[in-house]
Amino acid sequence: MGAKEERAGTDHYFLDPQQFDELIAALRKLGYSVIGPVVRDGAILYDEIESASQLPVGLRDRQGPGYYRLEERGDKAFFGFVVGPHSWKKFLYPPRVKLLTVSRKGEVTAHNGGERKMAFIGVRGCELAAISVLDKVLLGGPYVDPVYSTKRKHVFIVAVNCTEPGENCFCLSIGTGPEAGPGYDISLTEVVGDGIHYFVARAGSSEGENLLERIGARKATGQEISEASVRMEKSHTLFRKSLDTVGLKELLYRNLESPVYTEVAERCLACANCTLVCPTCFCTTVEEVTDLSGEVAERWRRWDSCFNADFSYIHGGSIRSSRLSRYRQWLTHKLGTWIDQFGVLGCVGCGRCITWCPVGIDITEEAAKIRRREVEVSTA
Amino acid sequence: MIAEPSLRPIGGLETFKMEWYRVVGKARETPDTFTIRMKARGNGEIAFEPGQFNMLYAYGVGEVPISISGAPFNGQLIEHTVRAVGPVTKALASARIGSNLGLRGPFGKGWPLKEAEGQDVVIVGGGIGLAPLRPAIQQIIRKRERYGKFYILYGARTPSDLLYKRDLQNWRGRLDTQLLVTVDKGDEKWRGYIGVVTTLFRHIKLEPNNTYAYVCGPEIMMKFTVQELKNQGLPDDRIFISMERNMKCGVGICGHCQFGPFFICKDGPVFSYSEVSNIFGRREV
Ligand SMILES: Cc1cc2nc3c(=O)[nH]c(=O)nc-3n(C[C@H](O)[C@H](O)[C@H](O)COP(=O)(O)OP(=O)(O)OC[C@H]3O[C@@H](n4cnc5c(N)ncnc54)[C@H](O)[C@@H]3O)c2cc1C
Ligand code: SF4
Ligand code: FES
Repeated sequence: MGAKEERAGTDHYFLDPQQFDELIAALRKLGYSVIGPVVRDGAILYDEIESASQLPVGLRDRQGPGYYRLEERGDKAFFGFVVGPHSWKKFLYPPRVKLLTVSRKGEVTAHNGGERKMAFIGVRGCELAAISVLDKVLLGGPYVDPVYSTKRKHVFIVAVNCTEPGENCFCLSIGTGPEAGPGYDISLTEVVGDGIHYFVARAGSSEGENLLERIGARKATGQEISEASVRMEKSHTLFRKSLDTVGLKELLYRNLESPVYTEVAERCLACANCTLVCPTCFCTTVEEVTDLSGEVAERWRRWDSCFNADFSYIHGGSIRSSRLSRYRQWLTHKLGTWIDQFGVLGCVGCGRCITWCPVGIDITEEAAKIRRREVEVSTA
Repeated sequence: MIAEPSLRPIGGLETFKMEWYRVVGKARETPDTFTIRMKARGNGEIAFEPGQFNMLYAYGVGEVPISISGAPFNGQLIEHTVRAVGPVTKALASARIGSNLGLRGPFGKGWPLKEAEGQDVVIVGGGIGLAPLRPAIQQIIRKRERYGKFYILYGARTPSDLLYKRDLQNWRGRLDTQLLVTVDKGDEKWRGYIGVVTTLFRHIKLEPNNTYAYVCGPEIMMKFTVQELKNQGLPDDRIFISMERNMKCGVGICGHCQFGPFFICKDGPVFSYSEVSNIFGRREV
């Protein structure tokens, strides 16, 4: 981490839109599949791109609890939106992947999902934090996940600092954004305004630095750097949501029987949307698939969710049969037990679970309610 | 933290890969429960701690966690006691002698046998919960001089549900071990105790500050047993229980076995009661 942070403190580069496009081209030349935000079916998703023109240029996303809509911005910003229903988890920890092939004769082949050089374009602070969370979960040992380990190896990260947080963003209160923290190869701050459009870029790794040099990016001027800083300072004032993390774990542990869970269980549909869009949720199940001849069996892993009824099934019934207990498991895991398990919160403040909840349940609101209710009960 | 791309290692290819073990013996314990004896393909001793489990795999059906229930012939062989309740356990229980089963493990933390040296030990098993306790019993008996008084309390639903009948006879015959067995419901031949396993505590007197307790069985049974042990004055950190939750990976990756802050597969399955007292017995945790 040391080397990276030192480097992040040094040079600022200037990229105009043309050079930004060259950055993408250069990554492709280096053999990377370049993956970035694109518009599909009315939402911004992540998919392979060939040039910057495929990005959601001039669009912004309006988000609210259970609400998401794209709108024209009236400018040509490349990154004038925040995060959509996809996260990079999809590429690092695929929704469905083959772990093993076993033949009846006894040959066992382990799979790792295949090596692939991937460059992620437009990784936000919250998302970078989510990748670092998954690193802890899936690479931290004692056992390492073969698929994540293989996918993660060759990832090149181009991060984007958020100059305009979304309505459901609360990274600032968690400390994961709106600036992208360490872990990127290159970070960008986009400056769009009266007749100006450029990026201030910084390298976070020697690979990142080499690439900036390779496309001939010049050093940014003091004026250019300060335009970018002004936008980031402003960004800090635009947040509408926050999560009070002070003593949060202990609060949740003290209030496992909080009446808030009873109320939220009446709204929660246990649809598992929140866990599917969450960039850190890692739970999976495994299915055994045999071919028709019965000579070969495959073991496929797919994303699972603690909201599914059979997630906690043991012979005789599910441990968490009520929706209340499943919501409680999810919330206490994200905001409490995750800290005991991995030393960090399981929530990075991206707000996806709020946006994609069909009934608009808001994790920051529920946590705040649990806090309020405790005070009410203890002073009543 | 995150190394430069070129420096990051690739690992974990062995994480989900099972090895084949040949079934060399099978004992029918009860109408639906079998002890399966297996031999590793290579030679050598199978190393494990009593209380640990393996993921056992039946070709074409699936993989489930099963406790190691014994390691006869100095660990040349390994035993698992399987109750056939669903597709995978049925396939395991019906594996023929000479066939192969997949095995990954051993996983998890076992009973703290070393810690209990020089102390009295009370083992309390309910039903198939005796399976992960059996290697602990065997080890204590093997190194009997290292432990003080030794009690085994075992309860099952009916006499025909009792596991390891030959072991029970041997243990009963030992002067240095007190075995007490009870059933919920007797039959015409049953001459022993009747009642739930906690009723056996009437017949023994523990020295609370000099005793370790290892408990495994259905959660409700463990709950009442822990209560009984606490009534006898045992401190929480001398009471150990073995927990059960759905498990898919056994290695802390799939998330299924979470129990409060713990992953039962890697932080357990054996826990000191002091670690879990605030969540154990709480509904739907
Ligand atoms: C640490 C540990 C040790 C165990 N030791 C033994 C043992 O020594 N002997 C024995 O007979 N059984 C043991 N079990 C229980 C055994 O794993 C289940 O009976 C088995 O998973 C049931 O699978 P199935 O496909 O036959 O049945 P189903 O009931 O159809 O199960 C479907 C799936 O649910 C999950 N599941 C169901 N019940 C359990 C359960 N009790 N625990 C974990 N996952 C479950 C499994 O993933 C299983 O594939 C142990 C469980 C754990 C967690
Ligand atoms: S949560 Fe923060 S880092 Fe993530 S998209 Fe929103 S503003 Fe950007
Ligand atoms: S069984 Fe997968 S995490 Fe414990």
